[in-house]
Amino acid sequence: MKIGIAGTGGIGSNVAVHLVRSGVRWLKLVDFDCLEPSNLNRQFYFHDQLGRYKAELLAENLARIAPDAQLEPAVLRLNAANIATVFKDCDAVVEGFDGRAEKKMLLEALASSGQMIVSASGVAGIGLDHIQTRRMGSCTIIGDFTTDVSTEPVYAPKVAIVAALMAHEILEKGGFYERNPK
Amino acid sequence: MQVKINGRVEQLAPCTIETLVRQRGLKPEALVVEHNLKIIQQALWSGIALREGDTLELLSFVGGG
Repeated sequence: MKIGIAGTGGIGSNVAVHLVRSGVRWLKLVDFDCLEPSNLNRQFYFHDQLGRYKAELLAENLARIAPDAQLEPAVLRLNAANIATVFKDCDAVVEGFDGRAEKKMLLEALASSGQMIVSASGVAGIGLDHIQTRRMGSCTIIGDFTTDVSTEPVYAPKVAIVAALMAHEILEKGGFYERNPK
Repeated sequence: MQVKINGRVEQLAPCTIETLVRQRGLKPEALVVEHNLKIIQQALWSGIALREGDTLELLSFVGGG
């Protein structure tokens, strides 16, 4: 089973770590951005990697967990015109974008593809009590659905919790827990 | 007609998805619409008239990832 990660920031990088630790060995990692100091409070990167492309860094970091994993980093900006093609061969796609419009774009572009889509909405702030799961079509969306990054800072614990729930969704539906029973 | 919106049955005058979104003041740029269990691209909202018994889910994304 191949999993696509659309945006390898706080959500995308942390979902990918959980997937690889749980037996996923085939990932496509897509992001256009470089690592900045402000990312290090929640994203799965290190200080000595600053300034480099995150998609490539994530592949390096995941390979240190699982050298046998097949990791396909791609440095490019996803949009409505290219996203279906970029993830065409993926069984599931993780939406890890920062912007609201990009999140909507991904759901609308891939909803009819038959792929499992797991998305995040509401990962900012510190409130953990209202994290919930909504399902729309083939998409599962996880978060508190209200706290926007434009009004609240983003911290590691909440991002990690939402990312873990998103990874769990894929692992459970993809049958990875049964395949890796230890 | 009666339409179920986000789990609640509501009484609506005949309208399209686009009209409903506009009437409710929802910002289309972050809104995803599921109509009878299918996600509908924004470009198609104006061509879909709601019918008695339809089910709608409206989800406004917030930023952060």
